[in-house]
Amino acid sequence: MAVNSVTNLGRSGVYDWMVQRVSAYVLALYTIFLLGFMLTTDVDYEAWAGLFGQTWFRIFSLGTLIALGGHAWVGLWTVSTDYIKATLPRFLFQAACGTVMFVYIVWGIQILWGL
Amino acid sequence: MLVSLYRYNPETDNAPYMQDIELELPEGKDLMVLDVLNLLKERDPSVAYRRSCREGVCGSDGMNMNGKNGLACITPMSEVVKNGKLALRPLPGLPVIRDLVVDMNLFYQQYEKVQPYLINNTPEPAIERLQSPEDREKLDGLYECILCACCSTACPSFWWNPDKFIGPAGLLQAYRFLADSRDTAQDERLAELDDPFSVFRCRGIMNCVSVCPKGLNPTRAIGHIRDLLLQRAT
Repeated sequence: MAVNSVTNLGRSGVYDWMVQRVSAYVLALYTIFLLGFMLTTDVDYEAWAGLFGQTWFRIFSLGTLIALGGHAWVGLWTVSTDYIKATLPRFLFQAACGTVMFVYIVWGIQILWGL
Repeated sequence: MLVSLYRYNPETDNAPYMQDIELELPEGKDLMVLDVLNLLKERDPSVAYRRSCREGVCGSDGMNMNGKNGLACITPMSEVVKNGKLALRPLPGLPVIRDLVVDMNLFYQQYEKVQPYLINNTPEPAIERLQSPEDREKLDGLYECILCACCSTACPSFWWNPDKFIGPAGLLQAYRFLADSRDTAQDERLAELDDPFSVFRCRGIMNCVSVCPKGLNPTRAIGHIRDLLLQRAT
């Protein structure tokens, strides 16, 4: 019998694994891009606002934020199922993680598009 | 030399304790750890441990020697003793029945889950199911496992979730049958493994590889299973 779980991201081990690997690439790409930007540009308000004013970069940033949410969910879900053995505290921890990630994504959209 | 031995008899002891025993070893001989245990048992017949073939084939005397799992019968003292001291403990992560004897049920339950036998629903041939030498070669490094549990009990993922994570030993056998050209249940086998615990709790730290007394590589087998699961899902 395969082990069932309703709290992991994708109901399937491969799916979660894939989410974590792909999101890791997105996060790495974003980090490298931002580092490169800061090293090659004289960063002031104008340059920063100019970068974030472009649609492609807003989409890239939102994608990264979603990748961060997925990555953190798979990772923290794993940590919680390793170390928190009692169901209620584990569920509360997972719910708190999920809430924080959801807030970050919605808040991020608000910030990126200046809503 | 000093042997520090894990002792626990649930009928008389409230809690396990380490018993320090001074022992004179015969000169000019490199005894195996099992020989030393036998010497200790001659002195104190209440010392409990499992052993059978005494040559690394049966897998009965897996234990933790100075912090590393291995088979006592094929581990020379010269290899494990540090600063004249040897600490012997039961395999970590499994319930202790007495002294160095652990309850292997969780381990066997995980082994049972992978259906460690050939499944083939095609009509049986008159003599035997043939396999090409190349296909047979794919089973090398997989079939040699003796189920001593040294690897699974060295694995933190197995310690935290022994009821859900199959563990290196079980997964090595899972791949042994996935890789067998005569097996026809590959898809069913993979379906049973595609959950977040059974295979994917492996974090690739390779403790299993470093302790395996037969020199096998469960981490590599787990990687192959993951590849098969990915191919099936994408």
